[in-house]
Amino acid sequence: MMAPSLSTAVSSVLLLLLAAAISVSSSPPMPEDSIRVISAEKRIDLTSPIVKVFLTLKVENDATAPEASQVLLAFTPTEVEHLAIVKATRAEGKRKKKIYVPLSVKASDLAAAPNGARLYSILLSTPLKPAEVMTLEVFYALTHSLEPFPAEITQSDPQLVYYRDSAVLLSPYHVLEQVTYIKMPSNRVESFTKVDPTGRAGNEVKYGTYNNQLPNSYVPILVHYQNNRPFAVVEELVRKVEISHWGNVQITEQYKLKHGGAQHKGVFSSSLLYGYSFETFLARLEYQSRPSISGVSSFKNLLARLPPRVHSVYYRDEIGNISSSHLRSDSHKSELEIEPRYPLFGGWHCTFTIGYGLPLQDFLFESDDGRRYINLTFGCPLLDTVVDDLTIKVVLPEGSTSPQAVVPFLMEQYLETSYSYLDVVGRTTVVLKKRNVVGEHNVPFQVYYEFNPIFMLAEPLMLISAVFLFFVACIAYLHMDLSIGKS
Amino acid sequence: MAAATALDSLPAPLRSLRLKTKQQELLLRVSALALIYVLAFVVRLFSVLRYESMIHEFDPYFNYRTTLFLSDHGFSEFWNWFDFESWYPLGRVVGGTLFPGLMVTAALLHRLLRALSLAVHIREVCVLTAPFFAANTTLVAYAFGREIWDSGAGLVAAALIAVCPGYISRSVAGSYDNEGVAIFALLLTFYLFVRAVNTGSLAWSLASAFGYFYMVSAWGGYVFIINLLPLYVLVLLVTGRYSQRLYVAYNSTYVLGMLLAMQIRFVGFQHVQSGEHMAAMGVFFLLQVFFFLDWVKYLLNDAKLFKSFLRITLTCVITVGTLALGIGTASGYISPWTGRFYSLLDPTYAKDHIPIIASVSEHQPTAWSSFMFDFHILLFLFPAGLYFCFKRLSDATIFIVMYGLTSMYFAGVMVRLILVAAPAVCLISAIAASATIKNLTTLIRTKSKSPQTVSGKSSGSKAAAKGAVDQSLPFQQNVAIALLLGAFYLLSRYAVHCTWVTSEAYSSPSIVLAARGHNGGRVIFDDYREAYYWLRQNTPSDAKIMSWWDYGYQITAMGNRTVIVDNNTWNNTHIATVGRAMSSYEDEAYEIMQSLDVNYVLVVFGGVTGYSSDDINKFLWMVRIGGGVFPVIKEPDYLVNGEYRVDKGAAPKMLNCLMYKLCYYRFGELTTEYGKPPGYDRVRGVEIGNKDIKLEYLEEAFTTSNWIVRIYKVKPPKNRS
Repeated sequence: MMAPSLSTAVSSVLLLLLAAAISVSSSPPMPEDSIRVISAEKRIDLTSPIVKVFLTLKVENDATAPEASQVLLAFTPTEVEHLAIVKATRAEGKRKKKIYVPLSVKASDLAAAPNGARLYSILLSTPLKPAEVMTLEVFYALTHSLEPFPAEITQSDPQLVYYRDSAVLLSPYHVLEQVTYIKMPSNRVESFTKVDPTGRAGNEVKYGTYNNQLPNSYVPILVHYQNNRPFAVVEELVRKVEISHWGNVQITEQYKLKHGGAQHKGVFSSSLLYGYSFETFLARLEYQSRPSISGVSSFKNLLARLPPRVHSVYYRDEIGNISSSHLRSDSHKSELEIEPRYPLFGGWHCTFTIGYGLPLQDFLFESDDGRRYINLTFGCPLLDTVVDDLTIKVVLPEGSTSPQAVVPFLMEQYLETSYSYLDVVGRTTVVLKKRNVVGEHNVPFQVYYEFNPIFMLAEPLMLISAVFLFFVACIAYLHMDLSIGKS
Repeated sequence: MAAATALDSLPAPLRSLRLKTKQQELLLRVSALALIYVLAFVVRLFSVLRYESMIHEFDPYFNYRTTLFLSDHGFSEFWNWFDFESWYPLGRVVGGTLFPGLMVTAALLHRLLRALSLAVHIREVCVLTAPFFAANTTLVAYAFGREIWDSGAGLVAAALIAVCPGYISRSVAGSYDNEGVAIFALLLTFYLFVRAVNTGSLAWSLASAFGYFYMVSAWGGYVFIINLLPLYVLVLLVTGRYSQRLYVAYNSTYVLGMLLAMQIRFVGFQHVQSGEHMAAMGVFFLLQVFFFLDWVKYLLNDAKLFKSFLRITLTCVITVGTLALGIGTASGYISPWTGRFYSLLDPTYAKDHIPIIASVSEHQPTAWSSFMFDFHILLFLFPAGLYFCFKRLSDATIFIVMYGLTSMYFAGVMVRLILVAAPAVCLISAIAASATIKNLTTLIRTKSKSPQTVSGKSSGSKAAAKGAVDQSLPFQQNVAIALLLGAFYLLSRYAVHCTWVTSEAYSSPSIVLAARGHNGGRVIFDDYREAYYWLRQNTPSDAKIMSWWDYGYQITAMGNRTVIVDNNTWNNTHIATVGRAMSSYEDEAYEIMQSLDVNYVLVVFGGVTGYSSDDINKFLWMVRIGGGVFPVIKEPDYLVNGEYRVDKGAAPKMLNCLMYKLCYYRFGELTTEYGKPPGYDRVRGVEIGNKDIKLEYLEEAFTTSNWIVRIYKVKPPKNRS
């Protein structure tokens, strides 16, 4: 770390004055105005369809200001729309003994920043004392932020995309020193906006270092590069978890999948792409000598990571089973490799359903207060996908009461009743809905409920009594004379 | 025996549990019947176990689609449904052009299961409808057998029909077709009618009318009933077996059945307006005349007077009848017999007049081998059964004989009608088997008893013992045992054969193809569904798909897209237009396709996999059907010296017609087999003649992984320059 130079000191004084001027103009003064960012490093990872941003902020509270309880982050309106997750940690300690304390982040209800920018506040666990310096690590993920250009490509074209951002950090604070790195999947970068100083090394573009940026400064940049990673977008995912206290948890997942990349144009030439899949009876010679250079941005299969000890897995759609899937399982996890009926090219859709059963004892526990809770993983088991609309329905056994979901993020929640085999009063169902879900959302969550085991016997008893009544009726019929005339 | 002695040693209250002989017989009968019921259901599940719970073939997909519509929208909407997704741009009045029995049955079953809070999907109900009704048919067969012979014959009939391949072929799980419930309805109607004739009871006649109504609502084969019943009545009249019972049974069944049948829109007033139904009406009037004459005869009580009266009445009746029929036919009120009816009576008719019927393989005349395949030992038992029937002639046996003989004739005319013959053949064979076994067992029993009596009472009844000895032939008992063993051997062979046939021949869904790979593993070709699902997901929802009519139902059901023609071949011209487009040059075809708003063209091609029922093999029928309406298309243009070929020696028109181009587009670049040149067609076994195919008005949109289905997009018209 460099010692703050003279110029920064001077500028900080200037900024302080400016800040004072602003605080005068805008009443009431916000305590956070006293915070400034000493150094910021923004690393943007563009290798996958999801934009991942790692932000390291070194913030300092002014010596004269009161204690600060929160640090604000600013996002542009488009970013807010595509923001999937924001996580922040506070780095404590030096070098090797560094520990990260997770902090909670929430959308701030403070008045919006200029140009419709939205503020998010990081709630500090211990307030930032005057003149104290703290390092914050922020991670956020943006979905749907890569725009394919050209928007339509043929089978043999690579997929090029645009990424738009700002060279400097958008922040409500003064940023004394800042640098931005953008990492691309390959060396093939068509173009990028130059905001001096800007440099490119291999697959990385570096913007900065910029000094003394005013609050809310924004310098738009545009990066045009090649991204052939499959843009698998789950437009809608409904996961239904049915709990049976007879020992099974049945999960049914309905996917609406789309290739979110550049639209596929013109011929889908089978003879280039296919041929591989049926080498069992085709002459392989021809196709082994011709590598599959085409359809690079398409995808043929997806990998779903399921819990261990999964059983009775099925994979089907509205018109029947799809016969191409492989299940590999060991004691830690199960991997289900699924192949849609056809390879997905840009803009193509595909819907399917995956279902599987899990042993109950792995997921159902009893809490200290006597309630039961089921511990499940949130999010989507498919790797590297964005879920636009996720609905999780936890169907509790018939007769359970007072359900309560404990989820680490904000989302829509409500209760409904669903009916299944031999249900009379229906099963209480906890519905959780969340938009814009990425892999980072795959964290455990719990649903607590109360359940009296006597209800487990209701359905078997119903069946037994029905069969019994049938036999009684048969006996009664055989022993009765129903004829009208005399015998 | 051991059980009985064990029971004897039990305390008194438990001993009362011992069954009487009659009860034992009942228990045996009921459990045998229950086992047969389960067997009939289970034997049809091969395809579900081997593949999955899915709908098979072509027509069932339409039935499934309509059932879905029915359960989603309710009966009223279903009844008034105008389907825009088929026969574009004509559309189809679905409610008025189908037999709703099957769909209503499945939807009701589904609703019933739902009401019992069993959360099954309607697809599972549809898949299992046919096996369920086949199991019910065994019960009807039992009752029918008991009615015409005895309960033993009924049991044998139930067992035979449970596994009869001729019936299984149309009732495996997933074969969700009208026939699945119709055979049940057919046999039920016949049983109830015979029962009504035997009892003369109005209640049974009523039941028979309702059975007929159900049959009419389920399948066009009801015409068989409405012609067989009057024929049967006529035969009874001629053989002097007229009775009041017959009068009650036929009249009430006919009148009520006719009125009920008119409620089915697809059938409508055909019972009074169509030539095919006139026999029933004629016999109805004949019965009235007969009854009237009988009454007059009784009143007059004078043979001479009655004779002259008979002459006058008969003349009058015949004149009036002929006049009515003549005027009706001439004025067009009574429609003449349809082509389908003619083709039933005359096997050669369809070939000359209706190519669209002749092009379907299940409408071909039956080969001897398929009789053997579908009936096995029943084929030998059938004449024996007829012999037994004639030996003990009654109203009921006359009926089953007539049913057997007529349906056997129809089975010979068309392969698919083996199905109708199957219950009759099973019943008659069951009579043979049951009667034979019964005779043999009585022989064995009497023989084994007589020595006992002789030894027991040393000189008690010598005469009786002598008589028994005299009657019997040498080695009678041994021969009887041998024959019995032979009969059991034959029956067990039958069971083995049926299981084998079911598993090997009739349990393939035909939409998923399975083959053996090089390494012996099972290779599954799921290309049809791949293509249909692609259509469903990746084409505009109003896209129009042109394909040969075979795939129409599947495209609408699985692809959910509009088709030009489908398996309901009601408009020959429309089909011929598609046939014409397929057999024209690309530019001419483009005009036709533009006029029909076609967006995609789908062809089925087996050249890569060796799948032989593809469009190139069906192509000559497209030419024939197209040429039947549009004389521009001439069959000889596609043949070389009367030979159909696709290699270099093929006719130039063949090499450049749309179908050829679409099937073989870019095929010339593909090597399909070792040691063969690229573009080697594995079905025809030749190298194709035109490897350099350029498409001008169409472009390849999708080809499935094994090339079985290829979909082309019709390009929009070019800008005018």
